[in-house]
Amino acid sequence: MASDPAPVDVLLVGFGWTGAIMGEVLTAAGLNVLALERGGWRDTPNDFAVTFDQDELRYYWRHRLFQNVAHETLTFRNRGDQVALPMRRLGSFLPGAGVGGGGIHWNGQVWRFLPSDFVARSHNVGRYGAAAVPETMTIQDYGITYAELETYYDRFEYLCGVSGKAGNLGGKVQAGGNPFEGPRSRDYPNPPLAMTYGPTLFAEAAARVGFHPFPHPAANMSRAYTNPLGLQLGPCTYCGFCEKFGCGNYSKASPQTTILPILLSRPNFALRTGCEVVKVELSADRKHATGVTYVDETGATIFQAANIVVLSAYILENVRLMLLSGIGTPYDPRTGAGVIGRNYAYQITSSVNVFYDDKLINPFIGAGSLGMIVDDFNGDNFDHSGKGFIGGGYLGVVNTGARPIESHPTPDKTPKWGSAWKKAVAGNYLKTVSIATHGAVMSHRGNYLDLDPTYTDALGRPMLRMTFDFTDNEHRMSDFLTERASDAAKAMGGREIKANKRSGSYDIVPYQTTHNTGGAIMGTDPKTSAINRYLQSWDVPNVFVPGANAFPQNAGYNPMGTVGALTYWCAEAIANHYVKSPGPLVQA
Amino acid sequence: MRRHFPTLVLGLCLSTFAVAAATAPPPAPPPVDPGGGAIPIPPANADNPTADVTSWAEPSQAEPANAADRLSADPVLRGRYLAVAGDCKACHTDVGGAPFAGARPIRTPFGIVYSANITPDARTGIGGWTADEFYRAMHKGVGHGGKRLYSVFPYPYFTHMPRADIDALRAYLGTVPAVSQVKPANRLPFPLNIRFLLRIWNALFFHPGELRPDPAKSEAWNRGAYLVWGPAHCGGCHTPKNFLGADRNKHALQGGRLDNWVAVNLTGDPRQGLAGWDKADIAEYLRSGRNSYAAASGSMQEVIYESTSRMSDADLMAIATYLKDLPPGAPKPGGWAPTEAAMRGGAAIFADACAACHVADGSGVPRFFPPLRGDASLQSKDPTTIVRIILEGSRSLPTPARPTPLAMPAFAWKLDDNEIASVATFVRNAWGNSAPAVPASKVAKLRRRYGGRTGG
Repeated sequence: MASDPAPVDVLLVGFGWTGAIMGEVLTAAGLNVLALERGGWRDTPNDFAVTFDQDELRYYWRHRLFQNVAHETLTFRNRGDQVALPMRRLGSFLPGAGVGGGGIHWNGQVWRFLPSDFVARSHNVGRYGAAAVPETMTIQDYGITYAELETYYDRFEYLCGVSGKAGNLGGKVQAGGNPFEGPRSRDYPNPPLAMTYGPTLFAEAAARVGFHPFPHPAANMSRAYTNPLGLQLGPCTYCGFCEKFGCGNYSKASPQTTILPILLSRPNFALRTGCEVVKVELSADRKHATGVTYVDETGATIFQAANIVVLSAYILENVRLMLLSGIGTPYDPRTGAGVIGRNYAYQITSSVNVFYDDKLINPFIGAGSLGMIVDDFNGDNFDHSGKGFIGGGYLGVVNTGARPIESHPTPDKTPKWGSAWKKAVAGNYLKTVSIATHGAVMSHRGNYLDLDPTYTDALGRPMLRMTFDFTDNEHRMSDFLTERASDAAKAMGGREIKANKRSGSYDIVPYQTTHNTGGAIMGTDPKTSAINRYLQSWDVPNVFVPGANAFPQNAGYNPMGTVGALTYWCAEAIANHYVKSPGPLVQA
Repeated sequence: MRRHFPTLVLGLCLSTFAVAAATAPPPAPPPVDPGGGAIPIPPANADNPTADVTSWAEPSQAEPANAADRLSADPVLRGRYLAVAGDCKACHTDVGGAPFAGARPIRTPFGIVYSANITPDARTGIGGWTADEFYRAMHKGVGHGGKRLYSVFPYPYFTHMPRADIDALRAYLGTVPAVSQVKPANRLPFPLNIRFLLRIWNALFFHPGELRPDPAKSEAWNRGAYLVWGPAHCGGCHTPKNFLGADRNKHALQGGRLDNWVAVNLTGDPRQGLAGWDKADIAEYLRSGRNSYAAASGSMQEVIYESTSRMSDADLMAIATYLKDLPPGAPKPGGWAPTEAAMRGGAAIFADACAACHVADGSGVPRFFPPLRGDASLQSKDPTTIVRIILEGSRSLPTPARPTPLAMPAFAWKLDDNEIASVATFVRNAWGNSAPAVPASKVAKLRRRYGGRTGG
């Protein structure tokens, strides 16, 4: 490239789910869109065909689809008085790399947050009093309501062909669905997946103890589906290789299966792979982005001019790019001032195993979101009075496939190795059901993201530093969820159960979930949020930052449904409002 | 399918010649996966046009079918429609080359013929041709300066077109960007390179003359007959050829073979033909590449991508009307009975490797993963297509109606000759299908030519 490329209307930094949705909506609106993706091209036939896709070693243990930490990683510490060290192998979470991003290897769990999740502070203070939210808990309202977002949730669910059963249609509770969910305008596009034995045993027991089980909403197809863009998905085969894998059967919604063939065919769209954006360039007054600087795969540094810059990378990279580019004021945990890096949160999980002697569960029959769920203890679906925590989570049996290297549940008191361990694995693999709990993490003053003072990436830029730990609120809540899971487990009639609580400090090494949130949150006040309700930077109004970075705190659900809805919401705001009248969409 | 080389030419050729000329160089071994999995990831087909990103970025919407063009007062628009119906671009554009600039090598059983530059370039294209010369080429197979054309250029079909259509086609070709590109010399062995001998071939097999409508038939039937026998030249692939590469018109449209793909029987043959399809099924297949019974594979995909998906619905229904009126040929001997052992082995492989998409009972996912039960191409006596698809995999070219670029992976690296023969025999004889068993030697032969490494 001898000279700088021609300016574009919209530049997308990163090309996973949010980039693909943005690209689709904005090219349909007639804008000229360019996506820069640091990873490579990936598609079903070349990268995860059925002839070699079900390979746990290649894809999970050797991280074929994940971010390459030799090129770029983050540093981590639990508390501000510790020295953070770089993660040399991914563990607790697994950001994707390449076209499609994490949308390739996700499970397809598509949830809507509860209406009360969007007003977490005012709702909890209103119901339980100001003392329910300690001073160090920095939770906030989103500045957008569930009702405003409903149509965008619906749009993402129909894009993905979600299989599920509505629990609330227009305010009327529906038998067999989630009775706690917010009202939907219509049912899911596809019926629930066929249920396997383990989730069925759980659902029956859960109902017996008074819970309200329903099928997990799944972007795994229960039947062949053609989405509103005309793209087709095939029925899921329950092969059990969703999470951490691409789908070789076109049965899991991903940018590749639901958007890209249409988007890439549009003449006003372009994609450049192997191009890593190193900085968003700002005008002299720092109130306008002029474009981005990126390094292409030959190592050349290139400036790309753009009228609008959308940070559509993973949340950690979105926050880091804002910090590296000087968009907004970095958060300072000592004073609580500043917004970039503020309110980083995560997810807290635990599990309870039920071991049977007489039941063959066949847990290898699985799909990413195949399961039965109980939502009685999520958000504020139950009375928190006297419990010493706010928030909640779901519990359920999700049969993602029990891949053999990863999955070998053993009862209590089993040795960790040796012949007794082997015997226990062999004896229990087919006869174990695992109930998972999936809990919210509130935001806290001491949990945040900033730039590491010591470590740099392969391009010489400071790494992102994560400072995070669970607090008493999370532990109390997770213990409560684990106890409710145990209630159901005891009713399942197994030989014995084993509760795997989440105790102690957050450990970033074992895999938990790739549900990192916050750091560039949305809100109504530029003093406490990085972006406004349209996910537009308060400080640089031609920068938009869709993604889970926008969550002021994490809810008890998997984030992608809400990320998809917020991205459509943001894209429509750009197409319908910003383009007609560039500038702040909300006056500070 | 329309890479008409079997119609190519000339006797006097020794069969050994033909084999030698038609054998492509063996493919390079696939690169080893650098990523460190237990099994190397096989590459996409090197010659498959959908194998990379750029093909996704080149949709068929780029040049939309415009049904109105066919009846336009503007001859350029009418000509553009005819060029689409005739799929001129397919042969007259080299891979990655400028449209209509020719130089695409067309492999025939007799050798390689390069397509002509039909852009308006005065020196290397047809810019210097008069309207009469263009008509003579289309109508009589005689080119500029009286040079006889090989019938790989399907003038035995184009001769059926009226002068007005040929003039319209020329008017359109006069508007495409002129490209200076000299046609490479054909690679035909002596004496096939002596064009004078084409006179003999013409005398034997070529019957010039415009097609006359049959007043006893409907307008749609006549339109369909015109398209099939004229611009669309369906028989170029779907009619079997004699040893001189000429159509065996006694068996017109009863199925042919080219480039080692089987072109299916288009008549009402109950097993190998279209007896089970109604007119709407045929039109849907031509429009979208898929219908509830089948999905296009091999060269037919290119025809659908470049040509039929851009034709008017009325014309697709006209083609269907004509084809549905074709009587089946003489009944073929049936009742193939593969051994029980072959069927049992094939069933086991099918369950492991195929059933996830094609479903245990062969019903597939209509319009998505092709059903195998009742499929005509699968039950063709010649198993080339099914064996090639198992060896090489297959990709569906996206059409506006079906934009998802689906692919079946290659199995050459994973299944050995016996396994492929066994599973092919199984799918050809399961669920009511019936076709001759596939010998492992047939798989070995096709593997040597197309399939890369031996599996197992």
